[in-house]
Amino acid sequence: MIGRALTHVPASAKRGDIIEIKALISHIMETGYRVGITGQPIPRDIIEDFVCTYNGEEIFRAKFYPAIAANPFMSFFTVATESGTIAFSWTDQHGATQVQTAAITVE
Amino acid sequence: MARYNPSRRSVLQTAGALAGAGTFARISLRPALATPEMMQDAVRAAIGEAQVQKGKVKLDLPPLVENGNSVPCTVTVDSPMMANDHVKAIHIFNEKNPQPNVISVKLGPRAGKASFSTRIRLADTQNITAIAEMSDGSCWSDEVFVIVTLAACVEEPKP
Repeated sequence: MIGRALTHVPASAKRGDIIEIKALISHIMETGYRVGITGQPIPRDIIEDFVCTYNGEEIFRAKFYPAIAANPFMSFFTVATESGTIAFSWTDQHGATQVQTAAITVE
Repeated sequence: MARYNPSRRSVLQTAGALAGAGTFARISLRPALATPEMMQDAVRAAIGEAQVQKGKVKLDLPPLVENGNSVPCTVTVDSPMMANDHVKAIHIFNEKNPQPNVISVKLGPRAGKASFSTRIRLADTQNITAIAEMSDGSCWSDEVFVIVTLAACVEEPKP
């Protein structure tokens, strides 16, 4: 588990509507460029990959660099095509992955 | 024998050199910042040799940033997002953070609208560039100059 994730997908939409999807995960996104109180550098610790799939089909992918603020937030769009599951996955630099899903009903 | 009698000029020169050295030592303690040349290299690594044209892309950033640790940022690209004409990828680059890359996003005709928002870190007052790669291989960009009053990366962590 990387952190607590918050996602927002409209519960229902009309077929063909463009819907906004929002995803946020709590994570320090340590840049690796800061020094601690004793002067030693704080090691880099960031989430590198974010992928969103709609019924298994990839609809959005982002690669994060240390210039992404702590608790990375993404908002993007997709076309509501059919009812199903929208899955979000975050992978950190150590390879740990966290997945969260949301259901959508399309009329 | 002539005693060493420092002229006004030589005293000032020495003082200036010492002050200069002090400033230099202080700057070198901070993390090395990227340069516009490093940004150009990062752009080439991301999009290859494609020619970048101005237009079609709108990068939304506040012109004056009070806290560089979290700056809301939206990129919108003018595109019909059809199978034969869509945005493949959008990249954001900076000139003066320690690293020139900010984010790279992949999307497709499935998105309906070529736009995304996130929050970024800015270590200095600088130009931010967004580049969109289209399905036909062309690249379009927008550049925004941002003034940052409190920079990210420099504050000390809480004990």
